[in-house]
Amino acid sequence: MIKFLLMVNKQGQTRLSKYYEHVDIGKRAVLEADVVKGCLFRKKEECSFVEYKDYKLVYRQYAALFIVVGITDNENELSIYELVHNFVEVLDKYFSRVIMFNLDKVHIILDEMILNGHVVETNKNRILAPLLALDKMAES
Amino acid sequence: MRELMVRAMYCEMLGYEADFVYIHAIKLAQQGTVLEKRVGISIFLKQNMYYLQDLQSTNLIEVCMALTVVSQIFPKDMIPAILPLVEEKLSHPKEIIRRKAVLALYKFYLIAPNQVQHIHGKFRKALCDKDPGVMMSSLHIYLQMIKENPASYKDLTGSFVTILRQVVGGKLPLDFNYHSVPAPWLQIQLLRILSLLGREDQSMSELMYDVLDESLRRAEMNHNITYAILYECVKAIYTIHPKAELLEKAARCIGNFVLSPKINLKYLGLKALTYVVQHDANLALQHQMTIIECLDHSDLIIKRETLELLFRITNAQNVTIIVEKMLGFLRLCNDDYTIIDLVGKVAELAEKYPFTIWFIQTMNVVFSLGGDLMQPDLPSNFLRLFADGSESEEQDRQLKLYAVDSYLAVLKGDCSHLPQRFLQVISWVLGEYSCLKEDVDQQEVIRLLKKLLEQRGVSSETRSWALSALTKLCKGPGYAELALELAESLSSSLDTVLRQQAHELCLLSQDSQLHARVLPHPAPSDNLEVDSSLSFLDGFVSDALAAGAAPYKPPHQRQEELSQQRALSLEPYGLSLPVTMSSCTLTDRQSPTFLSMSSDLSVLCVCSANTLMLEGVKRVWGKDGYIPQKEPSLTPAAVDEPSDVVQSPDQQGAAETSLPEPEPEPPQLDQEKQQLASSLFVGLGSQNSMSLLGKTEVAVPRFRRKARQHESASTSGTSESSSNSSHSSRSTTDSFLYGGLLEEEPATPIQNSYHTLNSTSENEGAATVSAKEDKQANSSQILGKSIVSQRNCSKSLPVAFPHSSDSMVLQLPSELQELPHSDVVSLTSDPHLSVSCCRVFREDALLLVLLLFNPTETALRDVAVELSCEEPLMLNTEEYGKLWLSISNDVKQNLKLLTGGGDPLRATLNALKDSLQLHIVDIIGSEGIVACHLLRGGPCLMHCRVHGASLAVWLRSPLPSLPDCLLYHCQRALQEH
Repeated sequence: MIKFLLMVNKQGQTRLSKYYEHVDIGKRAVLEADVVKGCLFRKKEECSFVEYKDYKLVYRQYAALFIVVGITDNENELSIYELVHNFVEVLDKYFSRVIMFNLDKVHIILDEMILNGHVVETNKNRILAPLLALDKMAES
Repeated sequence: MRELMVRAMYCEMLGYEADFVYIHAIKLAQQGTVLEKRVGISIFLKQNMYYLQDLQSTNLIEVCMALTVVSQIFPKDMIPAILPLVEEKLSHPKEIIRRKAVLALYKFYLIAPNQVQHIHGKFRKALCDKDPGVMMSSLHIYLQMIKENPASYKDLTGSFVTILRQVVGGKLPLDFNYHSVPAPWLQIQLLRILSLLGREDQSMSELMYDVLDESLRRAEMNHNITYAILYECVKAIYTIHPKAELLEKAARCIGNFVLSPKINLKYLGLKALTYVVQHDANLALQHQMTIIECLDHSDLIIKRETLELLFRITNAQNVTIIVEKMLGFLRLCNDDYTIIDLVGKVAELAEKYPFTIWFIQTMNVVFSLGGDLMQPDLPSNFLRLFADGSESEEQDRQLKLYAVDSYLAVLKGDCSHLPQRFLQVISWVLGEYSCLKEDVDQQEVIRLLKKLLEQRGVSSETRSWALSALTKLCKGPGYAELALELAESLSSSLDTVLRQQAHELCLLSQDSQLHARVLPHPAPSDNLEVDSSLSFLDGFVSDALAAGAAPYKPPHQRQEELSQQRALSLEPYGLSLPVTMSSCTLTDRQSPTFLSMSSDLSVLCVCSANTLMLEGVKRVWGKDGYIPQKEPSLTPAAVDEPSDVVQSPDQQGAAETSLPEPEPEPPQLDQEKQQLASSLFVGLGSQNSMSLLGKTEVAVPRFRRKARQHESASTSGTSESSSNSSHSSRSTTDSFLYGGLLEEEPATPIQNSYHTLNSTSENEGAATVSAKEDKQANSSQILGKSIVSQRNCSKSLPVAFPHSSDSMVLQLPSELQELPHSDVVSLTSDPHLSVSCCRVFREDALLLVLLLFNPTETALRDVAVELSCEEPLMLNTEEYGKLWLSISNDVKQNLKLLTGGGDPLRATLNALKDSLQLHIVDIIGSEGIVACHLLRGGPCLMHCRVHGASLAVWLRSPLPSLPDCLLYHCQRALQEH
């Protein structure tokens, strides 16, 4: 099961966070700092999976952006690793520019893909369908 | 506005409170366009009122959004309102709506499984939906349901296999492909479901072999996602009923993983291998060289995973080397969480194969590395193992000497950096066993302990350990001076425990006889008797009460009273009034605590089905404290019980022979590794590949030894006592709750009793039953629990039966007739047997006399009497609710949850139900309600909620002390589990 998903830049600032299990707002900052510390300082040739407390962290780097997913031990790390890539590909397909100011849309995309900590949709067209419909409505 | 919302969301994400925006978000959600609405809701998922109108909307997108939000966060109590709307959407023409509706139902299932029970048929329809997306979402529900109860979904195996075959065969539309692999996550999901269904079920597994084989074959592309599928496949193959051909292929797959240069794959391979070696340890042999390489890998994560793998393949022969590797890793690592985990594992391994010097060495390293982070039960486990010792006296002695030596050496050095736990262990061992060593001057040991006591930075807990060690050592007149000095320096200590101990030390060192009695040597390790009811304080309490002191109230009662004082009392006064003293009917007991417990007694009288018997309970605490206990005569039984051998001699020998380390003499690195490999994987051959499983069980008997010994004693006792009669029948009286009520009495009565009923066979008319109360069997039966007594005072009470079978008048045995007693009450009867009972009030006990009467011609054989004064109360949820409100006595407490295997709440409640005869009214999500009542007495309701790792229990009953009793028994029952 997926516990949380973070997007962090190279400086360690959180760009997006989504929790699938309740964590207090106060504790989130600590958790994020720990997680970032655990992932950012790893070398390229090292394994993309890190253990943190009773979670496993799966991280993937895209230029200056890190995406870190916290999962439970029984989850398949490699499939999550690829899920991250799938997510990025969807973002790529939708956004042509920076996503920073479209946080709400990223959330909508994420909600289509992961629900309650489980992967629910990976088909790119279907992920984007609701969002595109919303856009169309907003235009008209 | 939307922009502002997004910014607010960002603020909150960074950890700042942004509550003030919520109201605006709600406004936005109400007024804005669909996109704005979505933003408003999705950011602050706190308000849920808008779904209703949105769900009824004709606008597709609005419905879609509403469903998405519903399936994220939803309040449980709103489900009934919204369920019909969602159900309706299941047959919507648009696939996306159907899909979202299924996901919303999944969410409902997660938070309240019983509320969607009636629509299981619709799940099946969703599974067969023509759109793959809808089918996919329904798999989430099925995975969850199958996880909870695989047996009831076996009929769907065929469908899942067909779906997987279609997916693997590429029958899905192209846009489901990810890097030209057809719907990989769907495949993974299906494989998980199949492995759950096929576990330990050959016929189901046979359905799957083909499709698993096909998945293995298809997934031979070089891409991460195919490896992820392969991993899941391998796991499935090893979970279901094995098939040699597939196992071979899977093993080859794992080989590819482990050998891969890609580090992520290597990690996954190790993880798969760890999973697989539990079924087939030989597989590790094939990859030993790779594993050795991984062990020296620069990446700590890989190393860690390798150690995990090694942990699983440990046996008696390779344990030393594996533990050494783990300790090496421990020294490198600085993450608390990992340390705790690893320390626990090392200790587990070391305890499994104990009793060599190596064990002591390992544990020493564990204590110094793990320090104060480790689980608190580790040191005490170690000490218990240590005290129990090994089978051979001589070896045992040497080992203890070794430990004493090594600890003395540790203390002589600088011990300021050592963890407190280690110091505590050292103190205990020195206090207990340093006298084994003749050539060491006791003065030296005492000096070192004193140094420890006075050292700075030592916690007061450690100080008290050291001080009690000193107390043990300071015997004889030579030490009086030292004791006095210590006592003086500590008598001004801020810590009251230390002060008390110093005082004790002072007194004990002056009186060597008392010393020998209080601290016998060697310490009886596990049969100390503790009188938990503190009856020896009765006199003190009654004096205090006579002097006008307030009677004791349990904490919760005090709290309740406090809160009642503070708040307005809304309850009618009558219900919460303190119990009147007048209900005490027993005259010959003077205990003041008894008076305060009289409410229990009234309960007791209502049930009137048990006895207080005191002579079975040994008095451990006398007027002047602990009464030293005579060595139980049962000790020899422990020695000649061969099943207790913790480690068979040949295994032990093997462990020792593998002790010599592989010397790194040969210059070639390879050879060194070969050697390491041979020592690591020794004993993993086919003949003892199961040693893992065998080993885990070995350590257990060590702790059970005493209990078993008593059991054997008890059976022999009963057989002896019944050997003289032709027919013996044994009846077990089981009255736990009752006993609990009584147990709060100062002197603990025996709750379970064995009656050996001897009936003569050729008996015309009425049988003369002599009820023999076998106290020995009786007491030893509860030995396994906590109250201990070993006095054998069996006596037989002949019961006189009138020979007229039609009149049911029964008489008490003559010696009891003079005592005050109640009327003989007939409990139950049928044509074959009638049961009556009578209470007899003796000076020191309340006896319950059970009269069994057999009016027929046939002889009595095997009468099993099971007494219970508490039984399940059959209620439904509604009645429960009404009753709950009408009762006012509350007790709240946290119990521990049973873990392992399915839903912890359900498991815990079932355990309680089985052992305490409760009725589980309902379980909703993380809450459960339970009811029971006393026979002819009041009900007790229990409300349980899972709270983190514990179970928060809230009990209510009109009888003030029933909840306490029940709670106590719940705790006991859970502990025993």
